[in-house]
Amino acid sequence: MSWENSAITIATLLPLAGALVIALVPRQYDKGVRALGIVFTGAALAFAIAITFTFDYGASGLQFQLDTRWIPAIQARYHVGIDGISLPLYVLTFVLSFLCAIYTWRVVPNPGKTKAFLALMLLLETGMAGTFIAFDLILFFVFWELVLVPMYFLIGIWGSANREYAAIKFFLYTLLGSVFMLLGFLAMFFNSDIGGGVHTFDIVQLQQYAASGGFSHAFQLIVFAAVGLGFAVKVPMWPFHTWLPDAHTEAPTIGSVLLAGVMLKMGTYGFIRIALPILPYGAQKYAPWIGLLAAIAIVYAALACLAQKDLKRLIAFSSVGHMGFVMLGIATLTSIGINAAIFGMVAHGLITGMLFFCVGSLYDRYHTREIAEIGGGVMQKLPYLGGVFAFVAIASLGLPGLAGFWGEVMALLSSYSPAESLSAPLFRAFMIAGGIGTILTAGYFLWMLQRVNMGTTPEKWKTAVFADVAAIEWVSWVPLLLGIVALGLFPALLTDVTQEPVNALLGLFG
Amino acid sequence: MIRLPLVLFLSATLFSIGVYGVLARRNAVLVLMSIELMLNAVNINLVAFGAALHDLTGQVFALFVITVAAAEVGIGLAIVILIYRNRETINVDEVNLLKW
Amino acid sequence: MVAAESAESIVEAIQDPSWFLRYSWLIAFLPAVAAAFTFFVGKRTPGKGSVYGISALAAALVMSLGVLWTFVGGERGFYEASIPWFQIGQLHMEVGVYVDGLTAVMLVVVTSISLCVHIYSLGYMKGDVRYTWFYVVISLFTSAMLVVVLANNLFQLLVGWEVMGVCSYLLIGHWWEDPVNSGSAIKAFITTRVGDVPFMFGIFVLVFITGFTTSNIPKISEIVSSGGASVALVSAAALLLFGGSIGKSAQFPLHVWLPDAMAGPTPVSALIHAATMVAAGVYLVGRLFIVFLDADPIVLQIVAIVAGITMLGAALMAFTQDDIKRVLAYSTISQLAYMIAGMSMGPAGRTGAFFHLFTHAFFKALLFLGSGAVIHAVHSNNMSEMGGLRRRLPITFWTFLIGSLALSGVPPLAGFWSKDELLVVAEHEGHPVLFVVLLVTALLTAFYMTRAVLMTFYGEYRGHGEPHEAPRSMTGVLVALASVTVVAGFVGSPQLGAVFGDWVYFRELEEALFVPWVAVLSTLAALGGILIGYGLYRDYQARDPLRSLGGAYTLVANKFYIDDFYWKGIVRPIRDDVSSGVYWNDRHVIDGVVNGTAAFTKVLARGVNWFDEHVIDGAVNGLANIAGFTGGLLRYIQSGNVQRYAVFLFTGIVVLAVIFTKI
Repeated sequence: MSWENSAITIATLLPLAGALVIALVPRQYDKGVRALGIVFTGAALAFAIAITFTFDYGASGLQFQLDTRWIPAIQARYHVGIDGISLPLYVLTFVLSFLCAIYTWRVVPNPGKTKAFLALMLLLETGMAGTFIAFDLILFFVFWELVLVPMYFLIGIWGSANREYAAIKFFLYTLLGSVFMLLGFLAMFFNSDIGGGVHTFDIVQLQQYAASGGFSHAFQLIVFAAVGLGFAVKVPMWPFHTWLPDAHTEAPTIGSVLLAGVMLKMGTYGFIRIALPILPYGAQKYAPWIGLLAAIAIVYAALACLAQKDLKRLIAFSSVGHMGFVMLGIATLTSIGINAAIFGMVAHGLITGMLFFCVGSLYDRYHTREIAEIGGGVMQKLPYLGGVFAFVAIASLGLPGLAGFWGEVMALLSSYSPAESLSAPLFRAFMIAGGIGTILTAGYFLWMLQRVNMGTTPEKWKTAVFADVAAIEWVSWVPLLLGIVALGLFPALLTDVTQEPVNALLGLFG
Repeated sequence: MIRLPLVLFLSATLFSIGVYGVLARRNAVLVLMSIELMLNAVNINLVAFGAALHDLTGQVFALFVITVAAAEVGIGLAIVILIYRNRETINVDEVNLLKW
Repeated sequence: MVAAESAESIVEAIQDPSWFLRYSWLIAFLPAVAAAFTFFVGKRTPGKGSVYGISALAAALVMSLGVLWTFVGGERGFYEASIPWFQIGQLHMEVGVYVDGLTAVMLVVVTSISLCVHIYSLGYMKGDVRYTWFYVVISLFTSAMLVVVLANNLFQLLVGWEVMGVCSYLLIGHWWEDPVNSGSAIKAFITTRVGDVPFMFGIFVLVFITGFTTSNIPKISEIVSSGGASVALVSAAALLLFGGSIGKSAQFPLHVWLPDAMAGPTPVSALIHAATMVAAGVYLVGRLFIVFLDADPIVLQIVAIVAGITMLGAALMAFTQDDIKRVLAYSTISQLAYMIAGMSMGPAGRTGAFFHLFTHAFFKALLFLGSGAVIHAVHSNNMSEMGGLRRRLPITFWTFLIGSLALSGVPPLAGFWSKDELLVVAEHEGHPVLFVVLLVTALLTAFYMTRAVLMTFYGEYRGHGEPHEAPRSMTGVLVALASVTVVAGFVGSPQLGAVFGDWVYFRELEEALFVPWVAVLSTLAALGGILIGYGLYRDYQARDPLRSLGGAYTLVANKFYIDDFYWKGIVRPIRDDVSSGVYWNDRHVIDGVVNGTAAFTKVLARGVNWFDEHVIDGAVNGLANIAGFTGGLLRYIQSGNVQRYAVFLFTGIVVLAVIFTKI
């Protein structure tokens, strides 16, 4: 077992080990448990960083591969690997989880139960990270489903008023999608043939089989719909998005951060990793529909944001809009588009994760998420928090020079001239919708800032004593803020990584 | 020699009377007496066939039956006495604790 | 000056660029560094951080002059340098500079005015609640504008363009405690963004023309001029780019943000909303001029029409303003329209437009900063509360007067030369309608400026308190700008060789033309406007004489109800009604399906449960019941009567005996 083989497996399973260790620690060592959380996520992050340093950035194939027996009875193998498409998302998972663990040092939401909280968070981390490195469909499915249970509990126990409804809705809705996804996977399995009638769940082998024309057109159309549905619910694509506002609003802060920051990316990643390469004909035929739904999502979500009275719900809908840009980029089936999509995914993870941190901190102090309740003047009362909040909101509306811009603008650029098999006028219409979306996005964010940040502090809060940003909060936020600026000014940090594998992927489209 | 059929007829008659007595009489002692009657009827049957077939097996078996009958009557009467002591009656109709 | 057939086509790279050219990127970089310093350590620096911005801009100004000197010395070509930034797909993005005469002029304008504003703000913003932050943002803004001016590729330009927009938003809303200010800031940002979206699409079209490989401006110009793209595509690109100009330069119909932007501190209005940011829209058209030239002629006609409408409309609206800054704001809109009109007239007009941009920057900044001194003294923006200030604020008065005369186009001040040039181009190139519109606007301009001067500085003082002259940091700047205003025009005057045209030209040098009758006409227009203004306002006390125009006045005073239309007809319905509708749909229709599915599933589950309890479990229980029932029947055998048992026994034996003997 060399570094090459085992690094990503260790990094992925470390949090799981951490969860087990935490479960064994006696309940009274509350701070100790939180420290353990930081230690394990930090260790996993260290592994992830080491992986980025030993990664070969010019290559386009899989690295750090490990392909061994797992469940021979159903021909599922433990095949993991990482390439330039997975790497950014993989690292993002560990970074956000680590920062969440640090954030938890300061506050664990009602009703406490630190052990359970951190154990579930670590379990969630393993599930999320595993999805990005799995190259066997069953393994992928296991990790995919693995995230549902901890998130269900995180929302259902540590959430706010309507948490049970939100948790069940999240769980069942995503599970419904997953069922179709699994059916699709099984269909792919049974239809695959890597020689001598042998089936395979292996993604790489399925890609090769598909590239050689193994899957019929009709098959691809049906299976893409099935698998696409599963991913679409996760993204979430309009109109399968309604679980998101409830889940985000009711979830505790770090639940929302991880949900928005990483879990949504699992859906879009699924499209890029599985649906597109293995079912290219299906992808081409469905691309206009995906583009349409994406364009609708961008405008629809922005409009819905304007009507929101709850801060968290507003940011939740903004996520739907941002994912619309990502899906639009994917739908164009071009190199610029898919690179833009991945860029947008990482940028969104940083920015929206940060937004949820801000709102969580606001909630900690004001104990309300209602915009009207807060009434304005946050910048007066809490200048640093207000400043950070304004910065991140402006980043989220796509200001050039910050991370959010490149994903959006490149997705729109690719819509101007999509892949040859797609209708350019149609996608240009989507592009126009996207442009209108950016105007509306600026509108709701600036209006929200006006109502929350600006103005004078209302009477009822004048005497309240709120602490401005605490040291721990700074520690968990500064990396994200720096990342937002860094990606905005030096997009090459990400585009250099994703360029080669995306080109390789598009090569499958011949 | 008495003709075999007549002896068998006697045996059968005695047996039937015995059966009637076992099944229909209420007095437990009478039931025991009827059982004796049945057993003796069987004895007559056995001896008659033994004589008719010139086989001693019939008489030997009849001795067995007499022995068993004697033992059984002893126990039976003991049980009847105990029943009387506990129930003040030896009317079999009234000893029906196992009734549903 | 008019396009003449000069033999040299001079767009070639400069051999052996000077030190100033090679380090020209520092001009944009230094203010950004200053902004960072001010942000992190400004509060602890003596002077609260203003020193970083001022020193950076002073250095930038010196370097800009050095760059300009290169071109003054007769250099003709351009200097381009870039480094790769990142690659996405087949698109190569770069960060680079492109310096030619136009760039040099713009650099000088931006850095000099920004420096003036930085110094002026020492006095004006003294004691402000966010003094340091103010300096951070104006330094950052300056850096962004310089990035736009220096950019050699469209995406870099877009980045600078939008960062300027955010800085403008932050500065207009500087005193965000008052929702009016934050509201104006949002209005500015959103309105310019409405223009920025087509701008972005225009960039896409141009990048598409290069096969999605680059957004480099010289390369794009090359492809367009050599016919590498269809006229339709080029026209589309031109119109889309113009959308950005309409937004940023506050032209009709996206002009509505600029007057409201006056809610920001006056130095901001001077820097951003007079001299630099709003000029960026003009600069964009000028830099990508080949796209406009090679487009279908209707594009330039549309540009001219937009400019014409804006010019007149804004000038009219300037009459009805009481707020001195708003008069200047509408004036700016009108003057920007002048520049855009110039652009629509071809290469000669382009030179004229940039010359006007150059002169306008100085005297408009002067006027704004002068109004700032007045506001600082009187603590009010409204001219109805001013009056008689010429004795109390002498320096302000004289500099303001010089600025007004320049703006009105009185020779030999700067404004005369630039307006005259545009008029000459209009006449010579055969744009009669535009000529008339330009002339009429000149008259109107003189009129409303006279009105402003008279209402502010003459008559009796109508306000409260004791107004006094501004501190030296402010008046010094005013004097400096006034001096420039006096002489700046001469760089473009044909009598003195019209050197401006040697720096800013399109492909070919123009020949300077002086048409006497046009000059006389424009002077007459200016004087005429001044006379009318003097006649109407010299006795101004309380009631504005224009009000007697009744309905027409009301219409103009309400800005032709365009703002109301936008707010009530577009913004509010979208923000409140459409959004609520969408959200209602989301909650009740889409989520209705989801919740309905859940409710249906629950009903189904209840049904299934009933079935399970009563039918399936019924069968199971039923079996048990049968067993019990049968048992209940069978128990009757247990009579407890021994004799009865014996009967059964005996019967059974008989039956068996019969069976076995029968068998």
